[in-house]
Amino acid sequence: MAERDILNFDVAIVGAGPAGLAAACRLGQLTRESGREMSICVLEKGAEVGAHSLSGALLDPVALTGLFPDWEKRDPPPMTPVTQEEVHFFANQSRRLKIPPWLVPRPLHNQGCYIISLGRLCQWLALQAESFGVEIFPGFAAAEVHYDAEGNVAGVITGDVGLDRDGNPKDNFQPGVLIEAKYTLFAEGCRGHLGKELVERFQLGWNNASNDESGDEARQQDRFQCDPPHYGLGFKELWRIDPAKFHPGKVLHTWGWPLDAHTEGGGFLYHWLDNLVSLGFVVGLGYENPYLNPYQEFQRWKTHPQIRGLLQGAERLGYGARALNKGGWQSIPKTVFPGGLLIGCEAGFLDNARLKGIHTAMQTGVLAAEAVAEAFAANGRNDEVTGFERRWRSSWVADALYRTRNFGPALNRWGAYVGGMYSWLEQNILAGKVPWTIHNKTPDHARLKPAAQFEPIEYSGADGKVSFDILSSVYLSNTNHREDQPCHLKLKDPAIPVEKCLPLYDEPAQRYCPANVYEIVQEPEGPRFQINFQNCVHCKACDIKDPFQNIIWTPPEGGDGPRYVNM
Amino acid sequence: MKILVAIKRVVDYNVRIQIKPDGSGVMLEGVKMSINPFDEIALEEAIRLKEKGLAESITVVTVAGKQAEEQLRQALAMGADHALRVDTDQDLQPINIARVLEAIVKREAPDLILMGKQAIDDDCSQTPQMLAGLLDWPQATFVSKLELADGWVRVSREVDAGLEELSVRLPAIISADLRLNEPRYVKLPDIMKARRKPIDILTLDDLSVAMAPQLEIVKTEPPPPRKPGRKLASIEELITELKQMGVLS
Repeated sequence: MAERDILNFDVAIVGAGPAGLAAACRLGQLTRESGREMSICVLEKGAEVGAHSLSGALLDPVALTGLFPDWEKRDPPPMTPVTQEEVHFFANQSRRLKIPPWLVPRPLHNQGCYIISLGRLCQWLALQAESFGVEIFPGFAAAEVHYDAEGNVAGVITGDVGLDRDGNPKDNFQPGVLIEAKYTLFAEGCRGHLGKELVERFQLGWNNASNDESGDEARQQDRFQCDPPHYGLGFKELWRIDPAKFHPGKVLHTWGWPLDAHTEGGGFLYHWLDNLVSLGFVVGLGYENPYLNPYQEFQRWKTHPQIRGLLQGAERLGYGARALNKGGWQSIPKTVFPGGLLIGCEAGFLDNARLKGIHTAMQTGVLAAEAVAEAFAANGRNDEVTGFERRWRSSWVADALYRTRNFGPALNRWGAYVGGMYSWLEQNILAGKVPWTIHNKTPDHARLKPAAQFEPIEYSGADGKVSFDILSSVYLSNTNHREDQPCHLKLKDPAIPVEKCLPLYDEPAQRYCPANVYEIVQEPEGPRFQINFQNCVHCKACDIKDPFQNIIWTPPEGGDGPRYVNM
Repeated sequence: MKILVAIKRVVDYNVRIQIKPDGSGVMLEGVKMSINPFDEIALEEAIRLKEKGLAESITVVTVAGKQAEEQLRQALAMGADHALRVDTDQDLQPINIARVLEAIVKREAPDLILMGKQAIDDDCSQTPQMLAGLLDWPQATFVSKLELADGWVRVSREVDAGLEELSVRLPAIISADLRLNEPRYVKLPDIMKARRKPIDILTLDDLSVAMAPQLEIVKTEPPPPRKPGRKLASIEELITELKQMGVLS
């Protein structure tokens, strides 16, 4: 077998999203200012920067302006300022209620924000980072964390390529490369598979293993105090609509139908540019009914007259899905450990009340870069960069998340109506200054209730005009995985899906997966759990929602997965 | 022996093509671009010949704007020795590309030219043949196997009837088919090295070639949508339906 190559960098960044690239840009700036050489690399599992980036997206330019005060003169990515915004409550499949602006919770106001494509923003950030000499490597997934002899993080190892289905090397096999780094920034986005390992290993936050094994109380008390992370599953489609109906800069948010008051979520629709509209739907992954199908809820939402009318005669260009963090303040783990840092959505810095996370991702990247540069200047390596914890906790990111910390848990505890009213009171009347903190201590996967307590939900079929079947949607994500490679979706125990999850929960993976990866196939000898990993859009919902936490998402061969365009 | 490999920058084969609303062409904004897969196979074959000691150097050439630097770097990272870009923002039509390549061949004097059998964007499959005509060199197209010996190239060609064995004398032009090889994965350290290698840039003036368009694209439109299928309950129902459609009697 071929030898493993070793490359040395001062700083390695895992993931070319807004957090990782903002960190790379800031490190580049600081290197230039100090005149002290620092080698920086960014690994990205997508075939190109932006290929796996998916967001609404509304950008609050605060972090961007902080990083590049002259960004508007740097040939910025295509964006449209928000000119008009509406929040609607969908009462049922045909009725709606427009919420007067004064009744809209304050964090939901978007003056000064821009409608963008996150993928295009990332491509632009990558160009800026490269101008500072940062090495960006798209098509290379960080598969493992590399630990030094003392157990400190000392870099990452990229995935092997050229393995066959059974994991045997083929003729073109290449072993992964060891990227040795003094400091490693983990910016994989929501539910990164390395981040999950690091949180468990260094006991940075909520830990399934330590919480499930009762009896080891000392260990539980020892860990960093925080709530479990909470998630939503976000869907997005890109449409080109009739120019007569297009209003650049218009922003619409909806809540209510088709979700019931106990299921968190809502829709968004942004008029971007060139008659392109980004629209989508988020379903909270803390839902209880295993028959719920988030994809079908999204398709159903588009059949509301308000949305359907806009999409008449329009063309659907893109589709994708991605899990997002919505635990906020209470769920943020300790972000530093020897040799490494968690930044952006890897740590869960999304501001759920504002439905935005790009600005907090970028800002935590910037703050991490400053802390790492300080440690580097003091000749540190592979130690804990405590400066980052200090920096972000005294930044506007912490202020914003702390102020809206009760938003998610209130919706979770009291549902959309009472919880929404509570949030309005707290944010608009009390200006977010309440002394109490509401917690949500149940992980999303543990909230699922047995299927026997529910009736299956009947979803009407796709009309082929505004609602579509799932495979024709996945086709629009340009997803591809080389077929002859090991399945990247691992089962801890291959028997659980059919023997436990099917009888108890009717195997919800069949429904929560937005790419039809998981199927129960009826064979003469009984049901079989089939994993169509080629369809996987890397959303991470399975890793989050599987009630037995039996499905483990790992990266496939670098460059595989979706190739999102303008998403 | 010197090998010249011609590559084209095209929309990545995994990306679904979208037509511009006004029908003036294909949307390229924010779209992942790659080396034409058949050209990548041609390059892989050149590198294998060099690794076997049968070739001394590989020059890779493209005719394109500045963005194609990314694909040339990819080619350098795979194992090409030199990269050349002929700068143009004009429409790439086969006869013009063949004329540019003819001028490059006179400059570089390669013994063997390898290129893909066709580009996956326009599917013309004309440039290698036209170049062979302009140079008056022997050609072997749609090649799925290649051996070099004593100034001759022995190839298998994929033809309708099966495989055709052919020997052509060097210098020659070979166009690569899908089964010629499976291109290698690029190694990270090689990508870093490739970023530091120079890329030579030539203008059409340097080569004294004018690109006169010979074709006009009148309109680009997507294929008509396929009619939705239907699930039938039984074989009997299928037979009844087929009879109704006049397919069965």
